[in-house]
Amino acid sequence: MSKRLLVRGNEAICRGAVEAGCRPYFGYPITPQNDIPEYMSRVLPELDGVFIQAESEIASINMVLGAASTGVRAMTSSSSPGISLKLESISYMAAMELPCLIVNISRSGPGLGGIDASQGDYFQAVKGGGHGGYHTLVLAPYSIQEMYDLTMLAFDLAEIYRIPAMILGDAVVGQMKEPLEPHPRPSRELPPKDWALRGKGDGEQRFIKSLYLGDGELEARNWVLHAKYQALKENECRCEEFETSDASLIVTGFGSAARIAKTAVMMARDEGLKVGLLRPITLFPFPEKSFATATAYCKKVLDVELNTGQMVEDVRLSVARDAEVFFYGRPSGTGSLPTPEELLEQIKKHY
Amino acid sequence: MQQVFKRPESLKDVQTHYCPGCHHGTIHRLVAEALDEFGLQKKTIGVASIGCSVFLYSYFDIDVVESPHGRAPAVATGVKRARPDSFVFTYQGDGDLAAIGTAEIIHAANRGEDISVIFVNNTTYGMTGGQMAPTTLLGQRTSTSPFGRKQDTEGYPIRVTELLSCLDGVAFAARAAVNTPKNLMDAKKQIKKAFRYQVEGKGFSFVEVLSSCPTNWGMSAIQANERVGKEMCDYFKLGTYKNTANF
Ligand SMILES: Cc1ncc(C[n+]2csc(CCOP(=O)(O)OP(=O)(O)O)c2C)c(N)n1
Ligand code: SF4
Ligand SMILES: [Mg+2]
Repeated sequence: MSKRLLVRGNEAICRGAVEAGCRPYFGYPITPQNDIPEYMSRVLPELDGVFIQAESEIASINMVLGAASTGVRAMTSSSSPGISLKLESISYMAAMELPCLIVNISRSGPGLGGIDASQGDYFQAVKGGGHGGYHTLVLAPYSIQEMYDLTMLAFDLAEIYRIPAMILGDAVVGQMKEPLEPHPRPSRELPPKDWALRGKGDGEQRFIKSLYLGDGELEARNWVLHAKYQALKENECRCEEFETSDASLIVTGFGSAARIAKTAVMMARDEGLKVGLLRPITLFPFPEKSFATATAYCKKVLDVELNTGQMVEDVRLSVARDAEVFFYGRPSGTGSLPTPEELLEQIKKHY
Repeated sequence: MQQVFKRPESLKDVQTHYCPGCHHGTIHRLVAEALDEFGLQKKTIGVASIGCSVFLYSYFDIDVVESPHGRAPAVATGVKRARPDSFVFTYQGDGDLAAIGTAEIIHAANRGEDISVIFVNNTTYGMTGGQMAPTTLLGQRTSTSPFGRKQDTEGYPIRVTELLSCLDGVAFAARAAVNTPKNLMDAKKQIKKAFRYQVEGKGFSFVEVLSSCPTNWGMSAIQANERVGKEMCDYFKLGTYKNTANF
């Protein structure tokens, strides 16, 4: 068994990416994710990899686009305003069906906002923040181990579905330290990259593009992408269910909010309240069926987010028709992170 | 019988969508000939930019990736760093490279990326209908400078080749034109030199090619060709601005 390490979440992402075979990294400094480029700048050169601190977030995502078009596992990381800058190219990559990893250790907003843990980017991440109607695969780790594991999973799923993948975290999961048990990337069958550019050699020309002007061409392309999003919904939804089987109130939330919520749920259980936690791990695809199933019996859901209500829209669309959905959220900023006691109070209010 | 003239292998046997008298097609041919002469077709990855030349993959028989508007030098950086054995070039217009993509070209050049850039300057945004570009000449009427470009409000036309040649990361920088047989032969030589830099791993190479846009200039093919020689060559002087390896 490999030894346990005590590392920050941002480092766990880097370790997961390196273990998954990611060699080129392209980024630009922004708090609270600077430990990612700093780690990569130390480690990748030793592994014959590539580290570039680009001139902007726009340049770095386009370097990812170029590298990914040759079939290598490439990544970039940033935080909210930087992700906004990358969106045009994320839309291109979704259209081009290029796998890659984009990490958003998000911060509070809007605008320059602040650097506190925030979930204000849920809509941007999950609804296809850029133009044209697309989705990226979005994974929301809530522990250091998940930062590592989900990074590896993201690279695999990105290749299987030929889709850009995003890790959506924040300063809590990015900066906190916890034990990490590193392990080799679980082996998984991956499709051949018969689309990757390599110089045509003796074969046929390959090209990667997003411009379709022929009659009906672009519509057909959009249906292909749509079918992929449906397949993701069918096959790749992931969530954690904690004490939900006998629950009369289910708390939900993702990432750092779910961590605080879990503590509150345990406190409620200690007081004899039948409360459970349903935590989406994939935000796109959203685990709709798990919500439908859980609310067939349990008719009360309390959604907790570090914003004024974003995921709650997907929760409302997913629960059984006669289930009630309550929301408790605090838009982030200094001093705005809810405490477990505060959430316990909300649980009792709606129980 | 000896064959003295043929279509380059790197170019497809198809008709282009370029307007009559447009120089894009001629410049494509010179690039393709240079690829052939270095035997690069099989290991080349071209980066297409957003502009009239976006369909690079339709005309070149090479692997191509499309770049978002202005970002081709960043895309090419990613391609080349991931596949250092491939030959990588971008093909960009003046709106693409000298306006929205200013940061990407300067920094790719400054890092000395081992890529080649073909910069096609027609002093306008061809694809979107002839708007003013950073390279539009003073007094030139475009669809967004209907009274002619004025330095007071619109600044001066940017000389990109001169600008880039100041950067230590740039190994080769030249400006050429294809408006006369002599200029065309020179342009071919400059493109070949630029490619030789990359073939020999000698760093970033850049060729600006002055080009015509009869459609948006409101001129006949012949008038447009003459404008390149008279007005453009006068402001954008042809020549080699940097040649660190003395090719
Ligand atoms: C982000 C973005 N902004 C604007 C456009 C619209 N657009 C397409 S081509 C172009 C300019 C092309 O001009 P140039 O690069 O000079 O190429 P030319 O057509 O003249 O060869 C513009 C502004 C776009 N596609 N994307
Ligand atoms: S619009 Fe101008 S640049 Fe575009 S193809 Fe026509 S002549 Fe060439
Ligand atoms: Mg132009």
